Amino acid sequence: MSDQLTAPRSRWFIEAADDELTIFERSREGRRAFTAPRLDVPERPLDELIPAELRRPEVARLPEVSEPEIVRHYTRLSKRNFDLDTGFYPLGSCTMKHNPKLHERIAGLPGNADLHPLQAVEDAQGALELMWRLQHSLGEIAGLPHVSLQPSAGSHGELTGVLITRAYHEANGDRRTKVLTPDTAHGTNPATVTMAGYELVKIGTDAHGNVDIDDLRRHVDTDVACLMLTNPSTLGLFERHIEEIAKVVHDVGATLYYDGANLNAIMGICRPGDMGFDIVHFNLHKSFTQPHGGGGPGAGPIAVAEHMEPFLPRPQVVRREDGSFDLDHDRPRSIGRMRGFQGNYGVFVRSYAYIRSLGAAGLREASEVAVLNANYLLARLRREGVLEYLPAAYDRICMHEFVLSGAVMKRELGIRTLDLAKRLLDHGVHPPTVYFPLIVDEALMVEPTETETRETLDHFAAVVAEILREAATDPEIARTAPHTAPVRRLDEAGAARHPVVRQPL
Amino acid sequence: MSRYTAVTDADLGEMLATIGVGSVDELFADVPAGLRVEGTLALDDGLSEQEVYGELAALAQRNLSTDEQITFLGAGMYDSYVPALVDSITARAEFLTPYTPYQPEVSQGGLQAMFEYQTAICELTGLPVANASVYEGPSAVAAAGYLAKLHNGRSRFLVSAGVHPHAVQSLATLAHGWGMTVEVVDLRDGVTSVEALRQAGLDEDVSAVIVGQPNFLGAVERLAPIVDVAHRSGALVVCAADPVSLGLLQAPGAQGVDVVVGEGQTLGNHLNFGGPSFGFFAVTEELIRRLPGRLVGQTRDAEGKRGYVLTLQTREQHIRREKATSNICTAQALNALAGVIYLSWLGRQGLVELAELLAQRTAYARERLVAIPGVTPVHQQPVVREFAIRIDGDMDAVLARCRAAGINPGYRYAEDCLLVAITEKRTRAQIDLLADTIAEALA
Repeated sequence: MSDQLTAPRSRWFIEAADDELTIFERSREGRRAFTAPRLDVPERPLDELIPAELRRPEVARLPEVSEPEIVRHYTRLSKRNFDLDTGFYPLGSCTMKHNPKLHERIAGLPGNADLHPLQAVEDAQGALELMWRLQHSLGEIAGLPHVSLQPSAGSHGELTGVLITRAYHEANGDRRTKVLTPDTAHGTNPATVTMAGYELVKIGTDAHGNVDIDDLRRHVDTDVACLMLTNPSTLGLFERHIEEIAKVVHDVGATLYYDGANLNAIMGICRPGDMGFDIVHFNLHKSFTQPHGGGGPGAGPIAVAEHMEPFLPRPQVVRREDGSFDLDHDRPRSIGRMRGFQGNYGVFVRSYAYIRSLGAAGLREASEVAVLNANYLLARLRREGVLEYLPAAYDRICMHEFVLSGAVMKRELGIRTLDLAKRLLDHGVHPPTVYFPLIVDEALMVEPTETETRETLDHFAAVVAEILREAATDPEIARTAPHTAPVRRLDEAGAARHPVVRQPL
Repeated sequence: MSRYTAVTDADLGEMLATIGVGSVDELFADVPAGLRVEGTLALDDGLSEQEVYGELAALAQRNLSTDEQITFLGAGMYDSYVPALVDSITARAEFLTPYTPYQPEVSQGGLQAMFEYQTAICELTGLPVANASVYEGPSAVAAAGYLAKLHNGRSRFLVSAGVHPHAVQSLATLAHGWGMTVEVVDLRDGVTSVEALRQAGLDEDVSAVIVGQPNFLGAVERLAPIVDVAHRSGALVVCAADPVSLGLLQAPGAQGVDVVVGEGQTLGNHLNFGGPSFGFFAVTEELIRRLPGRLVGQTRDAEGKRGYVLTLQTREQHIRREKATSNICTAQALNALAGVIYLSWLGRQGLVELAELLAQRTAYARERLVAIPGVTPVHQQPVVREFAIRIDGDMDAVLARCRAAGINPGYRYAEDCLLVAITEKRTRAQIDLLADTIAEALA
């Protein structure tokens, strides 16, 4: 293969000879970064404080390194990450939108960052008011009046929601055993169903990419506790028959659960509550700009309809009659706690700052542009001829994301979706989500978000077209990509066969 | 146009033309007319950056931070010092803004940091496998309960009353869905007793015995006898541990504990009114395939260079779906990164020095407080960083007096009891002030 083609276009990382070393391998006996505050109390023999048999005989082998070494080590490691501030990150279902810098500044204020969770409520009125306002805002966006901020991530919100469903049915003296999800669902949905103690039943997808209503009808009965749905679906398509679906589900007394992973398409345009959903979770790290942190933190608040309110987790943030804010623990029908304290407050600060920045009109505009950008990118890919090899899984107007199938590309050009993804890395673009949803062969799920410019979208379309042209002459380049990343393709099967999950010390 | 989008009028026209529609509204044609929001949502108008800062900074002003009060609050989260390098490194966009590392070739920084984090947690807990983080401490106990349920399919949890109440409650919330019971076993002189476990019916229906280390009242538990009796009935032992205390205490894994979990906040994370922080989760080799969440493994690239990937993903929801070991997806990667940077900063000797400093100051504080007439210890057990006292007198007067003196004396976990936590930020002078203030209030 030609060197010219595989040569780095832009090196976004800097390499050094010892980059492979771990912090443990940099350790040298006697080095240190920590100086303990001085012992200002009378020293007692340790044996008097904690008997020797309760103490560890050997010191934990943490690294012995100086402060400059730590700073350089982790700074260099950081340069081996691709990140959203550096480049386009159209990861489907993940909503990698810009993370405003303002939010970090506000979250870092001492009144937020250095506030103890058990601080007396009268000394945490600002925090509780912020939470109360966020609850109100999320409720308005969802079209459901009652919000709990407690769940820590989307999947945690799902579990909370399904347990609330269980509590609701039990309160009606109703023992149901099954929960339905479409075959396009995020993996968290079926995993949540099992974790909440229900049996999963899968519902098919029709020829237009919507829930197969006939299949749904075949499976609903009074054993069904809930249908979990994402709308727009993971195919990036709006469920046209959502009202009918809601009716079918409610007719058997089941609840309708909204997976909020794709909420970014519809904020201020339509509301899950109005569609008939009873429970909604939000991913504050998706639609509401909490930086993803390389895998968290996030937050997964839920909003519920009136008849579900008694079952929300404990405690709830409430406003008392005198206008003060409080934590209400006295909720006898609550499902209980889902975690410690009040939830990921630092995430709430960032998301509330975002809602306050955008306001009602701005949120609507964000969703409109998210959908505009996705459709524009799809049209640009079509114009570049990309769709001849990567046809849209369902040829419709999409919402905030769209799904392509790499099956033709694989057959005609001899490269797989994975190869295309890896070759994108050489172009300084993060690949879309790949191999999901499962029902699309060689799937590629693209979500540009509203915060990208048209130029960035044009560039992405051109890059994909170029990779396909390159593959037509030399598929090996994509098959062996990436060529310019800090490492070449990694042996994932080998890692799983012989797991090495800690550094041998 | 909002400040976070970039579609000019000229862009809009050309973009719509490229798509082949006349308006943005047409893109929403699939949304049934009756479902459209009429007008706008009932939310306030957006504000400029400066105005948002002003409004939210004013809210933050109404919170009393640990900068403004001498706090002895703990009970799971601690006013520990966060070194500057942790904030500085975790603020780097390369760590702050990527997604979960689904493309390992361009995520080696985050993956290697997770691998290092896992190694550090293994060292602290004395177990061979640690995942890349879970949400936080109490829900980690619930997650450990789910692991036990999947492992042995039994019907009961025996939970020591020394486990953090939020953890017991979180486990109970989930266990209800599994049709399992959570039975709380009382402490004897502040610690879990083997005899009490036996009396509670530690038999072959018990899926896991769960204890804290140190426990909620600050007492150091003797784990080995608990492990012995639990294993004899085939139950797993789960220990919720304080990671800094493990610098001094026997590693639970070395004493036969099967699952060690805990709250990681005290390792380089700010209090944040309770989150985000991180939970750690470590298990024996035997349980590796039941582990929830992300796990990073070492491997090689196509040229033989060492690298890291997410591994054993067949446990996880995105592959295994309804048969997954957990539904967890997004966890607390950035907070766990803060954790491993913090542990590197402490280092091998520093961890011991810090834990010893806490033990010395805590012993001093306990002695000073229980010497006050009207203050008695709730238990006599060894402690590391926290202890419980009973106030025989007017607790409200104690709290009021402390508040007036700019002190938060601790967590009132029962009507007449306080849990007093000592961190490296609490000096002798502050401890003396606490003791004098309580003495005055009770005089």
